[in-house]
Amino acid sequence: MKVRVDPELCQGHNRCVVLAAELFDVDDLGFAQAITLGAISPTLESKAQLAEANCPEHAVVLED
Amino acid sequence: MDRRPVTDFATDFDHCDPTFVADPYPVYERLREQCPIAHTDRYHGVWIPTRYQDLAAIAHDHNNFSSHTILVSELAESPHELGFHAPPITEDPPYHTEMRRMLLPAFSPAVIAAYEPITRQIARDLIASFADNGTCDAAKDYAQHIPIKVIALMLGVSGDDSVLFTGWIHRLIEESPLAGEAAFDTIIEVAEYLASHVERHRLEPRDDIITHLLDSTHDDGSPLTDEEIIGVCILLLLAGIDTTWSAIGAALWHLAQHPQDRRRLATDPNLMTTATEEFLRVFAPVTMAREVANDTTVAGCPMKQGDRVLLPFPSGNRDPDAFTDPDTVMLDRAVNRHFAFGVGIHRCLGSNLARMELRVALEEWLTAIPDFELTDPGAVNWSAGQVRGPRTLPFAFPVSVAG
Repeated sequence: MKVRVDPELCQGHNRCVVLAAELFDVDDLGFAQAITLGAISPTLESKAQLAEANCPEHAVVLED
Repeated sequence: MDRRPVTDFATDFDHCDPTFVADPYPVYERLREQCPIAHTDRYHGVWIPTRYQDLAAIAHDHNNFSSHTILVSELAESPHELGFHAPPITEDPPYHTEMRRMLLPAFSPAVIAAYEPITRQIARDLIASFADNGTCDAAKDYAQHIPIKVIALMLGVSGDDSVLFTGWIHRLIEESPLAGEAAFDTIIEVAEYLASHVERHRLEPRDDIITHLLDSTHDDGSPLTDEEIIGVCILLLLAGIDTTWSAIGAALWHLAQHPQDRRRLATDPNLMTTATEEFLRVFAPVTMAREVANDTTVAGCPMKQGDRVLLPFPSGNRDPDAFTDPDTVMLDRAVNRHFAFGVGIHRCLGSNLARMELRVALEEWLTAIPDFELTDPGAVNWSAGQVRGPRTLPFAFPVSVAG
């Protein structure tokens, strides 16, 4: 599984970082980006799904 | 004040109606099912979308829905037209974008994390002030003071002026729908108070937000005017207080009446992350507003330029199309795209601060007072207007445990 944050949609809610700090980082303005560009560790997949299911902007995107 | 009773919320909605204020959720549930976009001729004509999807669509459509009206009141003109500018919340792009980018770094997760230890100390000191009594008013003695003290510190004004702040909030936010022009006397009072603080900061710069604003410049390099700095400070001072106070109070109100949830949270601190969001979802304090900038249609409903729109995020947060079993508090809710802080470009600037304050307030309370009860449920009164939270919470708890 790969994760990314759509910069057009992210409004800096910071929900993903709170739920999955291993996968997301924020810049000085609070906008999120994924830490890992390639496939994430399988042990973090459930956290990635949680981040996706809690983003009010649908900015967290999961890809197989 | 004498108010004409509401005949039908679908066509005569009134967010200040006493029965609605006491319990708005059954009204929203009926509207979502039967008339998802309600209307009222009160307050010079207001649309009230109640479904998650429509609320999100309007909040995202900042081209057709302007933020020049954020409070719906009896005044015929928008607050913006009357000179009430509290950027960025009362503004539209591109000015909104510029002012927001100036302020976002002051509320980033890293900056807010640095305020966690002092917030924890404030919560502990408050609890210590009533722990030996075995009773307290958790709204007035606890929830209220945490956001006031923290934002006063961040801005660089005195936390001792809390009685002034709560008085202004009551008159400006809770009473303003009916207060008419008297609300502006309050704005002038707040502006004068802040102007004296800005002046003092100009002479003695410090490490706080007022100094940051004095040092900030527009994209063209020009400094902010005093009017802009005071407008921003009005927003930062007033927007974070009754909202977070409401969220902390509502969460404690729930926990006082649900011993199982209380015990789960006290024994499993890992639940706090999802629980905090769940409390924000189910007890979302804020209803925003907009005015229609261009004629448009939402879910088949024609809206005309100048029409007012209330955005009751509390209704969207209980929409069964967006949340499973929406009226039930699930501390471990996994799918929770709640918009207690709004969505789109006006997402609450202080959401990281509010979330930290709510979490810390609950953690410190549950550590010191794991068992407590609401002594008189009938005495709990909820604020009216566009911010909803309990303003009185009579609690009792065992002294031996708390002390």
